[in-house]
Amino acid sequence: MSMTTTTPTTASSLLSFWRHSLAGLRVILVLTVLLGLAYPLAMTGVAQVAFPWRADGSLLTSTGEHTTDRSKAIGSQLIAQGFTGAQWFHPRPSVAGENGYDTLASGGSNLGPLNPDLATTVSERKAQVAAENGVSPSQVPADAVTASFSGLDPAISPAYAAIQVNRVAQARGLTVAQVQQLVAENTSGRPLGVLGDPTVNVLTLNIALQNLG
Amino acid sequence: MSTAVWMALGQFGILVIALALTHHPLGAYMAHVYSTPKHLRVERGLYRLVKVDADADQKWSTYLLSLLGFSAASLLLLYALGRLQGHLPWNLGFSGMNPATAWNTAASFVANTNWQSYSGEQAATHLFQMAGLTVQNFVSAAVGMAVAVALVRGFARSHNGGRVGNFWADLVRGSLRILLPLAVVAAVAFMAAGVIQNLHAHEAITTLTGGTQSALGGPVASQEAIKLLGTNGGGFFNANSAHPLENPNAFTNVFQVFLILVIPFAMPRTLGLMVGDRRQGWAILGVMGGIWVAMTALMTWAEMAGNGLVPKLAGAAMEGKEVRFGLAGTALFATATTGTSTGAVNAAHDSLTAAGGGLTMFNMMLGEIAPGGVGSGLYGMLVVAILTVFIAGLMVGRTPEYMGKKIGKQEMTLVALYLLTMPAIVLIMSGISVVIPAGLAGMSQSGPHGLSEVLYGFTSGANNNGSAFAGLGAASTYYNTMIGLAMLLGRFVPIAFVLALAGRLASQKATPPSAGTLPTHTPLFVGLTGGIAVVVVGLTFIPVLSLGPIVESLS
Repeated sequence: MSMTTTTPTTASSLLSFWRHSLAGLRVILVLTVLLGLAYPLAMTGVAQVAFPWRADGSLLTSTGEHTTDRSKAIGSQLIAQGFTGAQWFHPRPSVAGENGYDTLASGGSNLGPLNPDLATTVSERKAQVAAENGVSPSQVPADAVTASFSGLDPAISPAYAAIQVNRVAQARGLTVAQVQQLVAENTSGRPLGVLGDPTVNVLTLNIALQNLG
Repeated sequence: MSTAVWMALGQFGILVIALALTHHPLGAYMAHVYSTPKHLRVERGLYRLVKVDADADQKWSTYLLSLLGFSAASLLLLYALGRLQGHLPWNLGFSGMNPATAWNTAASFVANTNWQSYSGEQAATHLFQMAGLTVQNFVSAAVGMAVAVALVRGFARSHNGGRVGNFWADLVRGSLRILLPLAVVAAVAFMAAGVIQNLHAHEAITTLTGGTQSALGGPVASQEAIKLLGTNGGGFFNANSAHPLENPNAFTNVFQVFLILVIPFAMPRTLGLMVGDRRQGWAILGVMGGIWVAMTALMTWAEMAGNGLVPKLAGAAMEGKEVRFGLAGTALFATATTGTSTGAVNAAHDSLTAAGGGLTMFNMMLGEIAPGGVGSGLYGMLVVAILTVFIAGLMVGRTPEYMGKKIGKQEMTLVALYLLTMPAIVLIMSGISVVIPAGLAGMSQSGPHGLSEVLYGFTSGANNNGSAFAGLGAASTYYNTMIGLAMLLGRFVPIAFVLALAGRLASQKATPPSAGTLPTHTPLFVGLTGGIAVVVVGLTFIPVLSLGPIVESLS
């Protein structure tokens, strides 16, 4: 605060600054009550009455029902969780936390476009995704081999879902058409026709598969 | 053109229409709020309670003193809340922040920067997020708007001994009459779309395949709304606007970009109305809009082209991006957040293509005037416009004038000091950091990308942006302290120059335009101002950019 040299003497300017700071402290305390307690708590009240399911995190039960009861929830419709094994659709790679998909450690690789380690990782993922789905590496889309910044991206591209259909159908003894049908039901287009990109929600898709019997 | 390009254009078009529809009413409303002598009843009660005189027309130096006093008190309160959060309610079992982190966070949020060297879901309690961070999101934005309005009053008034308004009234009105109602509307929209708003702790649940994951809690929507509206940018969670519980879908993504831009793009209207010449507002809007459109187009091209080793291997530049936003939705956000002082991110800026990363830096180095932070964008742009009339005046050999005020030696000294402050902070602090061990230790990658990380950090801090090339080890004591300092200096030193300038202008008599006055509402002036903004940055930063992102882009 070296720029308070606007009044003639240092002593009087310090005194003046002190008076303004005390007034400032009183103002910020009152504004804290209004904007830091009344506003967010009122919004929480509105949320809990008007949008209880969404306000609590869009939680789902194992049969895909909406719930706000955390003891019944198996996850959030908006948050990716890890799926391995041939019978599941796989989400994008995640580097959130040690094993990925850790909601207490959201984040990405933060590696730059020329980083050699990231290049190696991407190549390895590409080979692995191609092999496990029985497709050529050129058919593997970018979202299948890159980690999102949240590490919790709940969606994959329709292209990544498409190359997983045969594997999942085979592992579950379903027809390709049955699985394709479920993929279609869990695909969302662009909002308003032009916003963002189309998405396939991996968790709701896997819940639907599980409940097909 | 490919479908993706058409979709990107459609998305951009919807955003432009929404901004165009709000420009007039919001700009006029803000002009009214800052001009009317009447206080609301709640405001009168508040002024009486805290014993401040909200009717005195303050001289610029008193206005500055009130502003600095308020900010110092805010800094202290936020620091205390950060240190003590573990002993306060809704603490989620977290402990208090260490001194370096608490200092950095307090400086960051008070300076409207919202650089974060902590991870929200691991280190910030619900009470700290609400009573500490949400409050500063409001008031630091209101401070920026107050300074812009004081400068506008400098142009609008004459011969009054340098009186520029009342800081307390401007602060309270900006917070309660402008930001709060907009935040309420935005928060409700976010909740309806899936942004969480509760007071639950983070609790473990069993996943579909029998693993465990934490279901997150927190008053997120209320903070998200003001984080964007106030061009603050500090995320509730570490992943900021990439986090699905902060930004659940492509609609909320564009809505977030809208909220970032809505006040900055309406402020030129406020200027035009307050100085009584709407054409001046149009010209400023023209410069802001022109640079913004050009930067958005370049950024979208950079990310869609996806040049570089990793994007080519993967097939597209999707590292650090979310599927639901896509490349275009990411580019739109990255441009808006760095063209304002927001610094929220919906993707890892460290993982953007080299060209895209360079563009985000260039956008901040412009001084964040396209369209800039709430308030800071307008005063930053007016400073560039004054520089422009000065340079144009030199060409024809006349004393320059801008909006009825002569731009003399003292005015130009203040403008020059304003313009030199930010580059000096960025270049000196980055320079120190790449030669001393504590600075070098924080880079996650060596070579040009390492320099880019450091340069981005200080550019972001000094410009009060707050976004990061997150690879930088910003949580170290060294970077916490230095970037904290950069944020405070980068915020309050220029504010002091702007208020001094406002005082000078207000004490001048008005000069009616003559035949020799350069008209400042013409396309020629718009082009000249935009060009000068770009040239000034170019001359200042090209050397260091060529050692970082440019060499990276070429390799």
